[in-house]
Amino acid sequence: MAVIQYREALREAMREEMERDDRVCLMGEEVGGYNGAYRISEGLMDQFGRMRVLDTPIAEEGFTGMALGAAMVGLRPIVEYMTWNFSLVAFDMIINHIAKVRYMSDGQFTAPMVLRGPQGGGQQLTAQHSQCVEAWYIHCPGLYVVTAATPADAKGLLKTCIRNDNPIIFLEHLGLYNLKGEVPEGPDFTIPLGVADIRKQGTDVTILSYSKMIHSAVQAAELLERDEISAEVIDLRSLRPLDLDAILASVRKTHRVVIATEAWQDSGFSRELSGLIYQHAFDEMDAPIEEVTGAPVPMPYAKNLEAMTIPNAETIADAARRTLARSGEFAPITRLV
Amino acid sequence: MANRNATLDAKSPVAYAGSKAVIPDDELVYLYRQMLLARRFEERCAQSYTQAKIGGYCHLYIGQEANLAGLLSALRPNWDYVITAYRDHVQPIFMGTSPGAVMAELYGRKTGTSGGKGGSMHLYDPARGFMGGWGIVGGQIPIAIGFAFAAKYRNEDRVTLCFIGDGAVPIGAFHESLNIAGILRLPIVFVIENNQYAMGTALEVSNAIPDLYKHGERFNIQSRPVDGMDLWAVRGAMDEAVAAARNGEPQLIESKTYRFRGHSMADAGQYRTKEEVQEWKQRDPLETVGAYLLERGLLTTDDIDRLNEEIRAECAAAADFADSSPAPTEADLFNNVYV
Repeated sequence: MAVIQYREALREAMREEMERDDRVCLMGEEVGGYNGAYRISEGLMDQFGRMRVLDTPIAEEGFTGMALGAAMVGLRPIVEYMTWNFSLVAFDMIINHIAKVRYMSDGQFTAPMVLRGPQGGGQQLTAQHSQCVEAWYIHCPGLYVVTAATPADAKGLLKTCIRNDNPIIFLEHLGLYNLKGEVPEGPDFTIPLGVADIRKQGTDVTILSYSKMIHSAVQAAELLERDEISAEVIDLRSLRPLDLDAILASVRKTHRVVIATEAWQDSGFSRELSGLIYQHAFDEMDAPIEEVTGAPVPMPYAKNLEAMTIPNAETIADAARRTLARSGEFAPITRLV
Repeated sequence: MANRNATLDAKSPVAYAGSKAVIPDDELVYLYRQMLLARRFEERCAQSYTQAKIGGYCHLYIGQEANLAGLLSALRPNWDYVITAYRDHVQPIFMGTSPGAVMAELYGRKTGTSGGKGGSMHLYDPARGFMGGWGIVGGQIPIAIGFAFAAKYRNEDRVTLCFIGDGAVPIGAFHESLNIAGILRLPIVFVIENNQYAMGTALEVSNAIPDLYKHGERFNIQSRPVDGMDLWAVRGAMDEAVAAARNGEPQLIESKTYRFRGHSMADAGQYRTKEEVQEWKQRDPLETVGAYLLERGLLTTDDIDRLNEEIRAECAAAADFADSSPAPTEADLFNNVYV
């Protein structure tokens, strides 16, 4: 297996799928001549030409709708948003048009398209460039929402999404683009949607997470191990469809859950997960679910303030300890963060 | 209210530099029949709506039929793409969709064009190139450039016709789409059907530039106004536009027209005078084309009466078909959310 960057894994996924299927094309701001604002699409315009790797004006609603029209008549567009924050300019196209065309036409049209780009904080990009958008899109029937936390997942999941006939919101994380990892080689490597990845087996508490936060969750499990607490860490990867079976199997084993996400809590995906777990495994729970989430503020600029808004390994580990303290099995441990 | 603006005056058709089309006699009779069908179908819809057989919104096309016939007859059937907003009952019928299937959709029946899931605003017939049927003002325009982009991508000589209401001109999607079409030189004809009211808001209340065709010129798109009550003028403009678009030159037509009925069935019409409506009805395209056919001896008044009777029966049959069709089932409810 080759060790490559997350951004290279995304690029390889697109390159391989564009080589495999000439209906696949990429459009967005700076994807061509600039080689990608974050160099995801580097070299692709040289290889595939200006129509298949299309530089668009700064007009998200316009080019997102254009991608939908192209998808309705048989192309398989990938739309790159420079950040998911800018997708809000195209929200009407995504929610009112892309998500609904198949249903409104009772299956006469499909919209095989991948909308992808980075989201998340940690780079001091402040309030308008650091949001996590998953809750807004998961809410809407007709869309799938997929995240990737590792280079291997980035490649395998993106390839699957490009081959899928549904419109898919593919959420990368800006803080992961430089991450290196082993990635299986060969054009046939794909990862199915709706299958969670159990990153670490454990018996005392389940930590559910996804995207960049999964790395903090894994670190939290290591911290907990020092206290002889065995945490199971699950990377949900695909948020809709969701691998509820994997979640419930783990809950039945550990009886305690921490949900760790960078996104806001209010009406958010962590609340959704809590609701599902309470609904399906109420009797299994030995402690209330702990949600460790982004602080309910627009992302501030100052480095220290930004760090306070985003959960980390310590805050996740503390939450895990609280679930154990409440169920009476361990004495509460207080740590200074 | 009436005669606010010379270009909006029913008695002063807009000047149009292009030539009117020469439409062969047999085709003209055919187009007249199609226009009549559209008119009678919409009248039947109004009746069914007041009988509460049709729910939701119901936007009628009555008065604008010269656009319907003049624009759609210039396209290549079952090949070119047509997309519009929510005033969409009659375009698919013109393109060959059975009136029964359209009416069944309006009635919310399984035999409807979307199995009862779309309703009045979401009619589709992709096999014939009718791509909807969209409910958000201006939302169809970016999608339209996508069809044109795909045609260019695949080197197909398909043209896309995108109907746009005057009410969609102020929205961002219109300007973004024209810009992209202008950059990429997409094979598309944007047609602004300027019926002069965005719902109940008069054109000059919502547009700083009342000559809407001028927006096309800003984006390097060849643009012209046309008298939308004149079938020959609309067809002439569209023939030119389609030829240029098929050659990779995006086009825009502003067709000045008028709807005789309200914005929707719920419209009380308090924003315009009866006199203004009457004035425009003097230029009813059905009357104009009918008079021409009589004058030329292509049809007799008996022929026209017979035609109307035949079409009324066809529309009644469509309504009967809809009425007797089954409703969708609970199993249909969850179909086609995802592939």
